[in-house]
Amino acid sequence: MTSGGIRRSFTAAAALALASFGSAALAAPGPWQLNMERGASTWSPVPYHLNNVALGVCTVIGVLVFSAMFIAIFRFRKSRGAVAEKWSHNTTVEVVWTTIPVLILITLAYLATSGLTSWADTTGSQMTVKVTGYQWKWRYDYVDYLGKSIDKVGFMSKLDSRSDRTRQLGSGMDPFAVKVGDENTYLLDVDKPLVVPVDTKIRFVITSGDVIHSWWVPATGWKIDAIPGIINAAWANFTTPGTYRGQCAELCGQDHGFMPIVVEVKSKADFAKWLAEQEASSKAPAAAAQTAQVAAPVAGKQG
Amino acid sequence: MSYAATHDQHDDHHGAPKGFFQRWCMSTNHKDIGTLYLIFSLTMLFIGGSFAMLIRAELFKPGMQLMQPYFFNEMTAMHALVMIFGAIMPAFVGLGNWMIPLMVGAPDMALPRMNNLSFWILPFAFVLLLSTLFLPGGGPAGGWTMYPPLSLQSGSLAYAVFAIHLMGISSIMGAINIIATILNMRAPGMDLMKMPVFVWSWLITAFLLIAVMPALAGAVTMLLTDKYFGTNFFNPGGGGDPVLYQHIFWFFGHPEVYIMILPAFGIISEIVPTFARKPIFGYKAMVFAIACIAFLSFIVWAHHMFAVGLPLGAEVFFMYATMLISVPTGVKVFNWVATMWGGSMTFETPMLFAIAFIILFTIGGFSGLMMALVPADFQYHDTYFIVAHFHYVLVTGALFAIIGAAYYWMPKWTGNMYSEFWGKVHFWNSVIWVNVLFFPQHFLGLAGMPRRIPDYNVAFANFNMISSIGGFLFGATQLIFVGVLIHCAFFSKKKATDRVWEGAKGLEWTIPSPAPHHTFEVPPVINDDELAHGHVND
Repeated sequence: MTSGGIRRSFTAAAALALASFGSAALAAPGPWQLNMERGASTWSPVPYHLNNVALGVCTVIGVLVFSAMFIAIFRFRKSRGAVAEKWSHNTTVEVVWTTIPVLILITLAYLATSGLTSWADTTGSQMTVKVTGYQWKWRYDYVDYLGKSIDKVGFMSKLDSRSDRTRQLGSGMDPFAVKVGDENTYLLDVDKPLVVPVDTKIRFVITSGDVIHSWWVPATGWKIDAIPGIINAAWANFTTPGTYRGQCAELCGQDHGFMPIVVEVKSKADFAKWLAEQEASSKAPAAAAQTAQVAAPVAGKQG
Repeated sequence: MSYAATHDQHDDHHGAPKGFFQRWCMSTNHKDIGTLYLIFSLTMLFIGGSFAMLIRAELFKPGMQLMQPYFFNEMTAMHALVMIFGAIMPAFVGLGNWMIPLMVGAPDMALPRMNNLSFWILPFAFVLLLSTLFLPGGGPAGGWTMYPPLSLQSGSLAYAVFAIHLMGISSIMGAINIIATILNMRAPGMDLMKMPVFVWSWLITAFLLIAVMPALAGAVTMLLTDKYFGTNFFNPGGGGDPVLYQHIFWFFGHPEVYIMILPAFGIISEIVPTFARKPIFGYKAMVFAIACIAFLSFIVWAHHMFAVGLPLGAEVFFMYATMLISVPTGVKVFNWVATMWGGSMTFETPMLFAIAFIILFTIGGFSGLMMALVPADFQYHDTYFIVAHFHYVLVTGALFAIIGAAYYWMPKWTGNMYSEFWGKVHFWNSVIWVNVLFFPQHFLGLAGMPRRIPDYNVAFANFNMISSIGGFLFGATQLIFVGVLIHCAFFSKKKATDRVWEGAKGLEWTIPSPAPHHTFEVPPVINDDELAHGHVND
């Protein structure tokens, strides 16, 4: 079954690999993907460009140093009659190859620092979502939106049941068959995604109820640890509606690999509608929300 | 006192003790203890390697095929603990034990009985650690870093902590011994600035060990009291802070990373001049660069924690400090290349491993520089990009240097030449498969595959399969190494000369091959021309 999957992906491989190296927003990882994705938030190009610049700098230095070494290896070999010279010191070159790296580093540091300061500024957010990590699911609580506090909208989000059945040891089920539309969502889908509006500066406040987790959606450009007793803050402003997938990035126990994150970015109108529905259902029968909360862990155990 | 010591040793003056127990278990001889360390380390390499094979087998294709996720986590944690504390560190201590007295013209290590104890603690520490795999509840499964609160959920925490205490005691005693030997037992005329770079690298490494092993011991002891004695160092429910552990751990952990690479720098600085037949370029800069890296290693620990939510100022400080390390490291790489330039090179197996080290370690250094940039690290952190990075610096870095050192000094140890043909077969297979194994992991990380997961989305399937194939072949290739070692020690007909390598310089090449059981009982008269760095100021 795997070879079938590889054959399938081979067909698209070359084009996809090329496309993915300098790609636009990717909602999820692609086969043969070589480089980081640009992401889908206002800040996410920062790590992407920094990654490319640093990779470029390293490649140039690498080519220079390794070429010098290979020239030495071919020119100064005993089998070609090379006679060893006696010098072992040259102050000028030593000063030069200490100074040039310092200058390169200053440039990189400048780029990185400005990117970092913009990331650290969570002020002026229009929405707040509280994210709590648990072994092994996430909880999302909507705190406020456009200056108004949101009443009792919150839910658990855990691995979808199809992935969960497939991933059991000896399930005999094909991970390549877990799909939503054309997209393979094996281990990258949840029962209930986080829904947020587009073009809105969203502040995420992140913590944990048990061990340390890490909330990571590559499309935002960052990850940050969810730590019990500590509330971390970060922000994202999604530029394109869509479904963005990520995973827990800090080892958190046996099912660390099985607590994905899905963010569904909707247009502002659609989001307002969705939020109104959620608020209505949480208010109307108070019992409904409660059973939903209780049902989540129970279903987890059955799966 | 000195008379009594001489009298004591009179019995075994002419050779090694005959009985197995007397010779190996009661040994106070630096060469025998060095051999024990090296054999122990090789054993651990294969145990840790077999864990890695299981990990790569489970990751061969998506879906869970072989093991439960918890067992997978045990394997990742144990693989790291065994490789770091069992394979890499003891291998360097073994090389130091064997070679430092020979290189500085000392008759033995300064504290031979403590030397015996430092070694013999280790097998017990690892029996304790590995036994947890067979106990109810299983072994440590929270990663080798043992972050609380997760590590506090482990039933075998006490075993792991006690094993780490034992390893720490062993390391500290070993480090004290090495410092005492280098500072007190150099032959007259072996000035500090004439010492081989390998000896320098170990002197500096030993200070790092003494400085940071207590920090690790403190951190794991706090874990122990948190779990069993009701303290709340890391428990937020009792006013503690889980991040505190990470600060203490990485205050140990980052110097630890350099403990595993500085002696490798020393080894490469021995091998390259020998086979380039030219003195090392910039001896003083090389020594200074090692000292610089050692100093910087104390002020960069939080770059392992960029995603824990540090204050902006802290992230900026640790980013700059981390980037600075690439300057002295770059100097070392440039100097190795400059040593080759204008030389007269031959390419025996040790030199091949040294050249591979320089290229592949530098690639690991490049990814290290990339992840020093905090915004980019927000993406790299805890992905396979990191896994690729530290395997480039530890496998093609530290391990390749150790293997190169084994080929380089093996003729001196055994008195026989190893098979150059099989050495080269081992080299080419290692260097090809290790890249097939680890290079695709860069792509996996960049595409978004987290580390320490037993199963993954099918988008990651292709590169994982390539990586696993590389892993199996790299693992199998190391069996060739064992074959070469056994052949060289017991079956090789080709005797080694005293100098072994045409371009070799230094005191260790002035003694017969194989090195007699006791050497330099009378301090050698040092002739600066014999030393690799006898004329540094010229």
